[in-house]
Amino acid sequence: MKTDVQVMLQIGFVVMQLIMLLALSPFIVGVIRKVNARLQCRRGASLLQPYADLAKLFDKQPVISSTTSWIFTAAPYIVFASTVAAGLLMPVFISHTPLNFAGNIIALVYLLALGTFFLILAGLDAGSAFGGMGSSREAIVATLAEPAMILSILAIALTAGSTNLSTIVHQSALLEGMVLAPPAHLMALAAMFIVTLAETGRVPVDNPATHLELTMIHEAMLLEYSGRYLALMEWAAGIKLLVFLTLLVNVFAPWGIATEATPLALATGVAVYIVKVTGLAVIIGVIESMFAKLRLFRVPELLGSAFILALLALVFFYTLRG
Amino acid sequence: MTTLLTVLLGCYLLGGLLPLCTSRPHLQNSLAHSSAAAGGSAGIALGLGGLFAAQPLTISVPSNIPYLTCALRLDPLAAFFVLTISLVGLAASMYAYGYVREFTGRVSVGLLGSLLNGFLLSMTLVVLADNGFFFLIVWEVMSLLSYVLVVTEHERRGVREAGLFYLIMTHAGTAFIILTFLLFAQESGSFSFEAFRHPDQRLPEGLRSIAFFTALIGFGAKAGIVPLHVWLPYAHPAAPSHISALMSGVMIKTAIYGLIRVYFDFLEGQFPWWWGFTVLSVGAVSALLGVMYALMEHDLKSLLAFSSVENVGIILLGIGAGMIFHTYGLDELAALGLLAGLYHTINHAAFKALLFLGAGSLLFATHTRNIEQYGGLLRRMPWTGLCFLIGAVSIAALPPTSGFVSEWLIFQSLFLSVQLPTLFLKLMLPIVAAILALTGALGLACFAKAFGLSFLAQPRSPQARHAVEVPVSMRIGMGFLATSCGLLGLAPMLVVPLLDRVTAPFTGVTISGKVLALDGWVVAPVTVEFSSISTPVLAALLVGAAGLGLAIARLLRKKTPARYSKTWGCGLPLTPRMEYTATGFVQPIKQVFETIYQPTVKLEQEFLEQSKYFIRHQRFHSTIEPLIEQYLYRPVVTALLGAAERLRVIQAGSLHLYLTYIFVTLVLLLLWAG
Repeated sequence: MKTDVQVMLQIGFVVMQLIMLLALSPFIVGVIRKVNARLQCRRGASLLQPYADLAKLFDKQPVISSTTSWIFTAAPYIVFASTVAAGLLMPVFISHTPLNFAGNIIALVYLLALGTFFLILAGLDAGSAFGGMGSSREAIVATLAEPAMILSILAIALTAGSTNLSTIVHQSALLEGMVLAPPAHLMALAAMFIVTLAETGRVPVDNPATHLELTMIHEAMLLEYSGRYLALMEWAAGIKLLVFLTLLVNVFAPWGIATEATPLALATGVAVYIVKVTGLAVIIGVIESMFAKLRLFRVPELLGSAFILALLALVFFYTLRG
Repeated sequence: MTTLLTVLLGCYLLGGLLPLCTSRPHLQNSLAHSSAAAGGSAGIALGLGGLFAAQPLTISVPSNIPYLTCALRLDPLAAFFVLTISLVGLAASMYAYGYVREFTGRVSVGLLGSLLNGFLLSMTLVVLADNGFFFLIVWEVMSLLSYVLVVTEHERRGVREAGLFYLIMTHAGTAFIILTFLLFAQESGSFSFEAFRHPDQRLPEGLRSIAFFTALIGFGAKAGIVPLHVWLPYAHPAAPSHISALMSGVMIKTAIYGLIRVYFDFLEGQFPWWWGFTVLSVGAVSALLGVMYALMEHDLKSLLAFSSVENVGIILLGIGAGMIFHTYGLDELAALGLLAGLYHTINHAAFKALLFLGAGSLLFATHTRNIEQYGGLLRRMPWTGLCFLIGAVSIAALPPTSGFVSEWLIFQSLFLSVQLPTLFLKLMLPIVAAILALTGALGLACFAKAFGLSFLAQPRSPQARHAVEVPVSMRIGMGFLATSCGLLGLAPMLVVPLLDRVTAPFTGVTISGKVLALDGWVVAPVTVEFSSISTPVLAALLVGAAGLGLAIARLLRKKTPARYSKTWGCGLPLTPRMEYTATGFVQPIKQVFETIYQPTVKLEQEFLEQSKYFIRHQRFHSTIEPLIEQYLYRPVVTALLGAAERLRVIQAGSLHLYLTYIFVTLVLLLLWAG
């Protein structure tokens, strides 16, 4: 009987994590837009506007390009599924996430890459120049971001002695067996932050609010989408943003996360988590307002520096530990 | 087991001889390819049997030639490679039944089928050989048969050149393998592998290291490691596609077999750490350069050939990591590295053969290999498209496919460098992991290009517009490999125990119980605490999440069906010329990595006389510099040709002069001997 309760509890956690990812991601998008608006002395749309946008898009009749294949209509579901699956692998409000065994950090990165792959295909499928342009640029940004991301997470993983996200987060939450190497951590954090901006298509790498096709990356791939397909793509982009923010706050600042399954710890975990990701979203909004978008061929320099930072984090980890 | 082996040899021999006895192409085709398929099926059974046998099967037929015995030995390592060869061989022979129609009238179908059987037989014998002499003979037969198959379309100049290049490189490689074997034979006094394995006395350290390098060069030339890969992107695409699939899928794996055999079997025992590190570095360079050149290639088959260089590099990363752990006595991790490398070996055999067969289908349907001429083929060739997509997703190592499992295991064995005692290696292995990450990301871009620009959007040429789906037998061949890819990815619990039996004799430990945790549902690098993945669960998650997306969309939408309309072309009618081309797609990558590519662009424009703002016509030419050919091979070839030019003086063509040479040489030899 006890194991049955345990299993039900674990399933409950998965469902709760799923609902949180789905429900919170439009809000985070709303927060960033709001911060951008306020810094431009506009009042900005309501924080709930992204929810209304999604509901409207789901309700609209989609228009599908007649030159496309089944890839075009399948891609939104695959992109959505891969992003959600990646989100379920990482700890959100409880450090021992039930699905942790199904994949470690590499699996998470590669699940997101699965989404990127189909996004690139979707961009090419409609046969317009803009979609191809977006796909081509997404390919180079994703290519350069991946090594930096893997190295920066490895620097943290080595400290925890595991590449399982739950173990990393749990250990650093309890500071158990973690000899803190602040320079290594800070550098890995900086690297990971740059990667986050690149992977989620924020300024200075991409501009999610642009209306000029020639400067688009992510939006260019979605140009031909409408209706429910667009809704799924936009939602997936929001979830991807939330996944990266969660990784940042939980790996580098896991304080407050529930380390055991008591109601109080869970409640604190959820509350602290929402506060932390909202705070990080505000920071991203501020950064977006402070910087201009980089030229595409300056992006490699930015991501190159992220790679070097991650590499230095690794060197510091070993040399400081002796 | 012996029966199976006899059946296998019999099928291939019959398949090699029978088609030559009849002159009816249709009968030749059926005879050759059905016996090859039967041989392949027997090989799969033999491989599986050999993996589970308690004792290796040995057969020895003595001969009159000194040192030569036709000795065969089916140990787990050989059995694994027999399995890999037969798997791809079976698919290729089913595919070939439809594909060779392409060649009727130009090439004798019977000859082609007979050569296919011979090629499969020679590859199987290479991994079964248990005598150095016999190995070299079947190795040479394999090289020569593949050469003959490469020059099938010898009326084309490029094909002849590719064949010659291949012939030279493969023989240079064989020379180094002979050197390796001579070193062993010198110590053991025999050419039998059994004697190599247990010599009377171990080779001195210096000679062991020389044997390490000669084996690396000799087998590396066949495997296509950088910088010995230069022949591969010419030779593999030149052959008929089912042969390309065999060459890229399995022939280069016989070299991986040779390396493992020499390093872990003949040179067993403690070897210095820098051996493993050399293999690892060679692997990293091959992986990165291979994928970078693959990206720039717009000939689909050349792209796949370059990607083979990449994947051989990835396999060597696993083997190299295993060797380093072996040096430091970390047996379980050594087994893990080796197992990861072998897992990638069979995976690559399956998906690369699948992709080559897919490329062959495109060639069959459109008569071109140029990606720029494709487009819109998914709607015209749905089955080929689906199979190619499965291959592309697998080779891009995306979860939950087979490539993902093996690359993930290689990542983990690199990360576990944290257990090594030296700081240098602790730092270098994560850097190699970062190179692997970059390789993986470039591979994703490469196969997004290969699939996206071939199969999506509108056709960019009349051939592509009129393409139709290929015959059923070709689809069966591809479908078989696509299923194998799926099985290798989703059922690691079936694959890992097999691989464990291969690595156990070399490392002395069995790890399948530790690699497979939770009743086999989870794959872990020896310790579950360090990391774990479960591809079945990931697949279930993906399906579940996609179902959730579908349910939400269904719940929230009105009942109006989707409307179909043209893509927005900025007010102009949409033409295929508006699409992104393969060249355009990779342009940003070319520009970012221009130090490696060294691109040159030539633009010739001709203007109207009235105004330079109106162009009459223009030519755009873009090339990349093949660095290794330019700076490593060209000087050697130039020097060689220069020396030959100078030596021409003594070649006057007069018989008297040549007789004088012989006489002078004889006198000199007598003087020297006296």
